[in-house]
Amino acid sequence: MALRTEPFFLNIGPVHPSTHGVFRMRATLDGEVIIDLEPVFGYLHRGIEKLAEERTYSGVIPLTDRLDYLASMSNNLAYVLAVEKLAGISVPERAEYLRVIIAELQRIASHLIAVGAFLNDCGAFFTPFLYMFREREKIVDLFEMVSGQRLLYNYMRIGGFTQDIPDEFLPALDKFVRQMPTFINEYDRLLMENEILLARAKGVGILPEELAINISASGPVLRASGVKWDIRKADPYSIYDRFDFEIPTGTVGDCYDRYRVRVEEMRQSLRIIKQAMAQIPSGAVRSEVPHLIRPPAGEAYAHIEAPKGELGFYLVSDNSIAPYRCHIRAPSLLNLAALREMIVGWKIQDAIIIFGSIDITMGEVDR
Amino acid sequence: MTVSLSVGEVAQQITERFPDVIVEADDTSIVVNSESLLAVATFLKDTPGLDFDYLSAITAVDYYDYFELVYQLISITHNHSLVVKTRCYERENPAVPSIVSLWQGADFQEREIYDLMGIRFDGHPNLKRIVLWEGFEGHPLRKDYL
Repeated sequence: MALRTEPFFLNIGPVHPSTHGVFRMRATLDGEVIIDLEPVFGYLHRGIEKLAEERTYSGVIPLTDRLDYLASMSNNLAYVLAVEKLAGISVPERAEYLRVIIAELQRIASHLIAVGAFLNDCGAFFTPFLYMFREREKIVDLFEMVSGQRLLYNYMRIGGFTQDIPDEFLPALDKFVRQMPTFINEYDRLLMENEILLARAKGVGILPEELAINISASGPVLRASGVKWDIRKADPYSIYDRFDFEIPTGTVGDCYDRYRVRVEEMRQSLRIIKQAMAQIPSGAVRSEVPHLIRPPAGEAYAHIEAPKGELGFYLVSDNSIAPYRCHIRAPSLLNLAALREMIVGWKIQDAIIIFGSIDITMGEVDR
Repeated sequence: MTVSLSVGEVAQQITERFPDVIVEADDTSIVVNSESLLAVATFLKDTPGLDFDYLSAITAVDYYDYFELVYQLISITHNHSLVVKTRCYERENPAVPSIVSLWQGADFQEREIYDLMGIRFDGHPNLKRIVLWEGFEGHPLRKDYL
């Protein structure tokens, strides 16, 4: 006679080292296998969309830093692009190139953490993570050079930047761009065919192509499922149409593919930075924009390919100095919707890896 | 480059199939009446040539007189986009049809709108607060909240 069993509820989080912030999963288990899962979040909700309605257009920029705090520059970029679209403001050529350089550096920095934390979840306890952090540190140093900050940069402005880059920036960037490929190759060799990584990540947490599209996944999560969709190519913003780069995609949509896509994207980002460095003109980095702007009444939606996926800002103006409505389309939140689909059927130890492979930041999920 | 579909052409296709559902159309978006939202969305998703397979974002705006829901649709197949809107004039107990059955990506976003703006989505499988706690009073993103 079969043993009579019943489902068991397990609460994971909100404070748990592998949940990348304050995030809770309410899992229903049948033995070790997860049969249902409900993500619970909101612990970091600060009401940024509401706060934005009380601030001037420039005053919202520091708030955007606090969305995905591992990719502040990308958040700045998406927001200022939306305001520029709304108010019809143009940006000097030098600032456009700088934006591309900085957004791509930010992508590398964010992917380094994503990959490092993912390997951490796989059981490579903090060794790869610290190496990734060592490389990220070089990018943070570059950002400190231009903005004076190391995490929440608040560097971009409507119409350009707060200030031009210092003279030592481009030589330091050049050094970084020359060193970085060696680093990526070295660690890729170590990890790409690592038996433990393959055993734990290959074939685990598969997100099929059709579901990935239907569930509005974006960024590396969508591309790992085999969808060649990158906003930098599909709907080029800033000056991305001037650069030559590939869109890395996966084939199966498992955790390993998501990891591979991120590593390849770092290589492509370096390619873009090299081209931008070679072409960057001199000149102003900010167009003449008054401090308080009153965009004409109307609305605008601007989206960018942030490190974690499609980051969009929907702004409504009523011709006053503050946005009437500022909605943030956060890639982490929508990628999280795919979590249940990926995890159900896997064991509890796989859940941690699958969750890590999505790469979310709670600041962006809760806003 | 994502082509913003000519609203006029799409509007005509919709009107041929469903007369009188389009309330308003400007250069960038179409506004449909909320009762027909699900039918129009199904049409946009399944019609060959339109194939809006990707729901980029949903949001709601409180204009005091009415709530406006904004759907950013993209077709990954054809790389074109369309903005569909619908309005909800009820303030006490506003409701619109849910589109989770078409795009699963709408799930969290509709829950978020319900949580912060207080609009119910009929047909949503799990409509409850998402970022605020159960028992929170009011809907903070409404303009009359503070």
